[in-house]
Amino acid sequence: MEILVELWQFLVVILLLILAFFTGSIAERRHYKSIRRREDALGDMVVIVAKTLPPMSPAPATTLVRGSVVISVDYFKRFLARLRMMFGGRIHTYESLLDRARREAILRMQEQARELGASMIFNMRFETSSISKGRKNAVGTVEVLAYGTAVIPQG
Amino acid sequence: MITSTLETVPDKAIREHLGIVQGSTVRAKHIGRDLMAGLKNIVGGELKGYTELLSEARDEAFERMIEQATAKGANAVINIRFSTSSVTQGASEILAYGSAVIVE
Repeated sequence: MEILVELWQFLVVILLLILAFFTGSIAERRHYKSIRRREDALGDMVVIVAKTLPPMSPAPATTLVRGSVVISVDYFKRFLARLRMMFGGRIHTYESLLDRARREAILRMQEQARELGASMIFNMRFETSSISKGRKNAVGTVEVLAYGTAVIPQG
Repeated sequence: MITSTLETVPDKAIREHLGIVQGSTVRAKHIGRDLMAGLKNIVGGELKGYTELLSEARDEAFERMIEQATAKGANAVINIRFSTSSVTQGASEILAYGSAVIVE
């Protein structure tokens, strides 16, 4: 009886891994496609980390804009990451997670700025936090916030 | 109210510095959202419930900061920064702070 239960648990894990592998890679591919498309569309909206504005006349209006996203890796990638943590080295699956999150946050900030009629974003900052910090085996969810000052040309 | 992450407001001189203003809120996630998040943890992707939750929390922290600045008689908050910290497991504190100033 006990061996049956263990076998069942093992099967569930394998099934979850297979499910996660497919759904996760589809979700990632779709997300990257949407990111690239929107980055092309918003390519003329310059985002800078510099603090001083170039002289503009008439003086532009400025206002704070922000964009944020909470994103998670799938079960399969988390499994790979946990394996990698035993041996050390680059964890590619988390690298792509953070890359997607950062680019998505910037895009949302740019979209908000575009709605306000801004042409540039100055002094952009990132803020990253792990949502499920402290809970065991749950590193794979991050929140990224991007915020900056939208420069809206006047007249 | 002018809000900015820059240290100045274009073409406007700062008349007076009124000191730091801040707003913060501590939020916990609720069970319904956690259930969906558990599912998303398996299949991967954006956790829209959490994005909304944190965005609302940040709006509130921001509003509280603006309220404080208004109470001080400021008409702009400059050099704004956001900060997040997890107080305990499952709850996070969202903080917004900046310098309240009077510009001409």
